Amino acid sequence: MTETWLYALQRLTAIVMLPMVVAHLATILYASHIGLTAEAILARTQSSPWIALFYTSFVIAAAIHAPLGIRMILIEWGRTSRKLASWVALALCIVFLSLGMRGVFALTGGIA
Amino acid sequence: MLTVRIWRTAGDTSPPSNTKANPPAKTKGKYQTFRLPQHDNQTILDVVADIQRTLAPDLSYRYACRVGVCGTCAMMVNGKPRWTCRTHVRLLGTKKLTIAPLANMPTIKDLVADMSGFFAKWNQLGGDYRTHRTRQDPPFAIRPDSSNRQAVDEAIACINCGVCYAACRVVEWNSAYLGPAALNRAWTLVRDDRHADAAHTLATATSSHGCANCHSHGQCTAHCPVGISPMASIAGLKRMSLLRLASTTHTPKMTKPA
Repeated sequence: MTETWLYALQRLTAIVMLPMVVAHLATILYASHIGLTAEAILARTQSSPWIALFYTSFVIAAAIHAPLGIRMILIEWGRTSRKLASWVALALCIVFLSLGMRGVFALTGGIA
Repeated sequence: MLTVRIWRTAGDTSPPSNTKANPPAKTKGKYQTFRLPQHDNQTILDVVADIQRTLAPDLSYRYACRVGVCGTCAMMVNGKPRWTCRTHVRLLGTKKLTIAPLANMPTIKDLVADMSGFFAKWNQLGGDYRTHRTRQDPPFAIRPDSSNRQAVDEAIACINCGVCYAACRVVEWNSAYLGPAALNRAWTLVRDDRHADAAHTLATATSSHGCANCHSHGQCTAHCPVGISPMASIAGLKRMSLLRLASTTHTPKMTKPA
């Protein structure tokens, strides 16, 4: 049951992230193409609740998706026990969440 | 002339102890090279039998029906798992053969693989067919065009040869993984209207070592000698497990199908 939940979570977060990655990269390309400075970008992002919502969801999805993948790599290629790999994945999830949310706070000026 | 390299185990050839405390060690050995004439309509099993009868009487290998029904004679042929009784040397397009026991299993001697782990997993998923019916009940009718019967039309043709299990990279990485053959069997059971405990079978198939581990590499399907797609069966189990997850979110208690 747990394994099915983790399996479902990894796929669901992948589905959520696919359009987000495209939007994220497109925004970066657009911003750098029209030559916006860091200050100009921050001025735009810090006033937008949509940016806060977008990147908060993105960070949560990534913090769930990536550790689950690393967990299976540890089990299959690292011959790690399932228990240890699960704890490592949980730790990574917390690390990614804190790093990511710190970024979201910086980007949005604390709206999130 | 054929040049055939055959895996020979070295040293003690007494049967390995197979208790949990003393699992069979990886057998040591090396390839022995034989040269023998090629014949028309010669299968890999014919070559192995020929070598055993004329060149190496102490060579051990296993076969039974010789016609692709029993699934006993599978071996690694030039690095790929194959049913040797139905693999024609001519169709391989080479005169150099390397024959070894099935991968992902311990070797007992020479070309004989220890399939007890493989069958233990099979039994875990499909050995305990259960029914509530008695001999007083009339025969259970399964309509050939019913969706459950159609869903397993290919999968029920499995001959337990172990080729998919030897081909599977996930089994190679994670020996606890139940593997394509056992999961394919589980798929036939959960879609079998006569089976009384589909919930238990599905729970085992979706456990930590079950269907979620499959990477859909498709090695099982590519190598299956009878043309089954265990990968498709596993995909069916995954789909079923996700649907069950969605339904049990609302109704936590699983009801056993009648």
